[in-house]
Amino acid sequence: MDVPTIESLNLIAALPTMIVAVGAGVILLIELFLPKEERHWLAILSVVVIAVGLWLTFWDGGRTDAFGGMYVADGFTRFVNIVALGTAFFAILMAYDYNRRRGITRAEFYPLLLFSTSGAMLMGAAGDLVIVFIALELLSIPLYIMTGIRRDDPIAQESALKYFLLGAFASAFLIYGIALTYGVIGSTSLDAVLGAVTSQGLTGNPLLLLGAGLMIVGLGFKVAAVPFHMWTPDVYQGAPTPVTAFMSVAAKVGGFGALLRVLVGAFQDLAGAPRAGGWSLTVWAVAAATMILGNLVALAQRDIKRMLAYSSIAHAGYILMAVIAAGEGVEAGAGAALFYLMAYMFTNLGAFAIVVAVEKDDGSGTDLDSFAGVGRSNLWLGLAMALFMLSLTGIPPLVGFFGKFYIFKAAIDAGLVWLAVIGAVTSVISAFYYVRVIVKMFLEEGTGEAKVPWALALAIGMLALGVLITGLLPAGALDMAEGVILALAP
Amino acid sequence: MEINLVSAILVLPLLGLIPVVFAGGKDRDDIVRWGAFIASLVTFVVSLGLLFGFDVSDPGLQFVEIFDWIPNLGISYYVGVDGLSILLVLLTAFIMPLAILSSFSAITERIKLYYAFMLILETAMLGVFVAQDLFLFYIFWEVTLVPMYFLIGIWGAENRIYAAIKFFLYTMAGSILMLLAILWLGINGGTFALPELIEQGINYAAFGPATEALLFFAFAIAFAIKVPLWPLHSWLPDAHVQAPTAGSVILAGILLKMGTYGFVRFNLPLFPEASRQYAPLIATLAVIGIIYAAWVSYAQKDMKKLVAYSSVSHLGFVMLGIFALTAQGVQGGILQMINHGLSTGGLFLMVGMLYERRHTKLMSAFGGIWKAMPIYGGLSLIIVLSSMGLPGLNGFVGEFTILMGALGSNVLAMGFAVFAATGVILAAIYLLTMFQKVFMGPLEKEENKALADLNWREIAVLVPIVILLFVIGLYPAPFFGLMDTAVGHLLAQMGQVLTVGR
Repeated sequence: MDVPTIESLNLIAALPTMIVAVGAGVILLIELFLPKEERHWLAILSVVVIAVGLWLTFWDGGRTDAFGGMYVADGFTRFVNIVALGTAFFAILMAYDYNRRRGITRAEFYPLLLFSTSGAMLMGAAGDLVIVFIALELLSIPLYIMTGIRRDDPIAQESALKYFLLGAFASAFLIYGIALTYGVIGSTSLDAVLGAVTSQGLTGNPLLLLGAGLMIVGLGFKVAAVPFHMWTPDVYQGAPTPVTAFMSVAAKVGGFGALLRVLVGAFQDLAGAPRAGGWSLTVWAVAAATMILGNLVALAQRDIKRMLAYSSIAHAGYILMAVIAAGEGVEAGAGAALFYLMAYMFTNLGAFAIVVAVEKDDGSGTDLDSFAGVGRSNLWLGLAMALFMLSLTGIPPLVGFFGKFYIFKAAIDAGLVWLAVIGAVTSVISAFYYVRVIVKMFLEEGTGEAKVPWALALAIGMLALGVLITGLLPAGALDMAEGVILALAP
Repeated sequence: MEINLVSAILVLPLLGLIPVVFAGGKDRDDIVRWGAFIASLVTFVVSLGLLFGFDVSDPGLQFVEIFDWIPNLGISYYVGVDGLSILLVLLTAFIMPLAILSSFSAITERIKLYYAFMLILETAMLGVFVAQDLFLFYIFWEVTLVPMYFLIGIWGAENRIYAAIKFFLYTMAGSILMLLAILWLGINGGTFALPELIEQGINYAAFGPATEALLFFAFAIAFAIKVPLWPLHSWLPDAHVQAPTAGSVILAGILLKMGTYGFVRFNLPLFPEASRQYAPLIATLAVIGIIYAAWVSYAQKDMKKLVAYSSVSHLGFVMLGIFALTAQGVQGGILQMINHGLSTGGLFLMVGMLYERRHTKLMSAFGGIWKAMPIYGGLSLIIVLSSMGLPGLNGFVGEFTILMGALGSNVLAMGFAVFAATGVILAAIYLLTMFQKVFMGPLEKEENKALADLNWREIAVLVPIVILLFVIGLYPAPFFGLMDTAVGHLLAQMGQVLTVGR
């Protein structure tokens, strides 16, 4: 075996991810020398790191590998990077004032957020199953800590513990799946798996199928797919709201990034037609159950963070539809999934930003009734929330609609008409609970109020514009999404 | 650069948002009201340019503007008008200024938001009638939902929240399947442009026996809920009764027409075989709707509810005409869309004006109003008679043509027209009963004696409508002339596909 040289590692390709991780470490060090009252600089530095990461991301488009193929830099990576970095940016804007209000003073907050972001980015760039696992842990462990960062709050502690235990369990599934795959193929490289399945005719291999199944469990947990979704509502409710916002998108971006890399990039030939066995049948059932259960249970929620938790489960179902389409060989499938994640980033972060604005200093005020009358006392905030809710429902011309449109298109293209019908019908169900928020804000009498400091206002404004602009003019983002074609067999 | 008139009327209402949103100072409310009114009036004036520049001998699209919008998916901004849509575009542009004018005194709360929604709604409705790209059409179609939801939900009556949500969910439930059907067509037809899809024709049989029927119903359910076709009508009385007056006027006058228009524009040419096959089914539902809604109408105590159910009944006629699949039927159907928009819009305005004075819509609260409000009484009588279908007024022309069309139909038996005709008689019964209860008899109630007659603004709202009722009633030829070639072309297209298919 050749000893790799620095040149052959091709570090440049992995620069965006590395900058974010290294930046997090540097900020952690700076914090040591920073007096307590100067800590807002940590947030500012984090934003700078994100900006540099974004700038590097836009640098190059073609596929190059780093670390001998363990890290893949291509259009897919680039898209995942943009969404992950965007999520981190908006989460920082939300946390900036929120942390002060709620007394979250621990300086590790921002570095943890950046570490987690780099984990999500790395998941999308994984060219090797080992990287998938490492990236998953890099994404998750900071999330566990951030969830419980309010150590005096028993609910937050319960959430963190629950998240950690179930998360560790899911990691075990993933690593077992990786081990089985390695056992059959003799390599953990995704390209090698893809090549071996075809060349050695392993499409029906039970061990390989089991391995893929276990990995679906592990990653399905991260993206909150039914039946691995149990943690979601409790963790979403217990975590500080900006952390919830961050995790709702970042964990999905990372999870789906890896899921697509593994299922489509390595196990595509194991997909099988929807009714012919293979993983696509399993994912079909998971997607259907996720859409149905997520949307139905969301109907019954009285707390907006729990409602958004079930809504996030439901949206995972829609994205899974695109994953199957990609597995069935529809090239637009992966792009549709990523486009949807971007739409979800704008919309869901926007919704959580409004929750941050309405939430009170003691952490109460996340029940739906607290939103009554907010549209009257603060018209623009109300309109922004209406925009986000309608986008989550999928009303044109907002970006959420376009995301669904693109996914349904990929699904119908792949012959998944019935899954698309389930998606369509559950979208109508979702209208009921999303619209209820608008009803509360505008149509019901109430004394709900909101605090909107400048950073939060900036976040809400940018997100609302994002929802509108990428909805009306999606061509640019679509171009990028269409550049996303997962690696085919070498 | 030459400005396309169709695009212009889509943009003009939105320009009105500028004064509405940025108005300030002590005249704020007046700036908002007049700003919205003038924007919609200018839109109407510009839309007349379409009428004067329209070539009636051309069956195809005119005033076309087309450019790539989302080239990756083959979606374009593609608008234009033809004989099927021009009257509806004009109707929309005509009703909106009147609806806005009628709101001046009725809406006193949160007026900026109100007029902003009105103007957005106008653009969206016009967009529905001019869009020639399926994707663009769907966007406008869904966008109409949001402002209307708020209009009902914020400015409506006591039970407004229930009505608003019901309206939203019903309509969305219908349209989402249409979205899937649109996707299917876009994928398998290779384009979302409607004229090209019709031109090339899709061989549905190649995709399985029920494909065309499924697609037909995916569109039909969306449109049928909007019309509304019996038995999908239950959202309508709630929405109408709870909506503010202008909301009801727009709902009855324009929004419902989006459904009937959808059948003509999409179902007939895209799915000719299925349209023919299921015409008796749709016509049966239409006739049941005509008779059932008329009976229910008769039983109402609330005027607004009565008018709402009468809407269901009248739109049954439109549907019957369309699915007669004859030139007369379709033409009568389109004309009756306009007629219904004018006369039912007028009826709702009428009820609204009384409601502003007395804050009740119950017929039993009135009686002998004519003596107190003679101008109001006179104008109301004309509108009621028009809605009944009295010869000499517009309603008669439309209903008569539809019944003729249904009698001459190849796909519908004679019984359809016979049963439908009883609807005309029933309409006379419930409308005259209402008129009698409200306007005739002695003026007994104290609070009614002091009622002020219409002011200049209210007269200005009703008179243009009344004039049109007479114009269409006495000289309908130019209206038919506008759509003649386009309807002929549509049916020829259908026939061609049908013969080729066989």
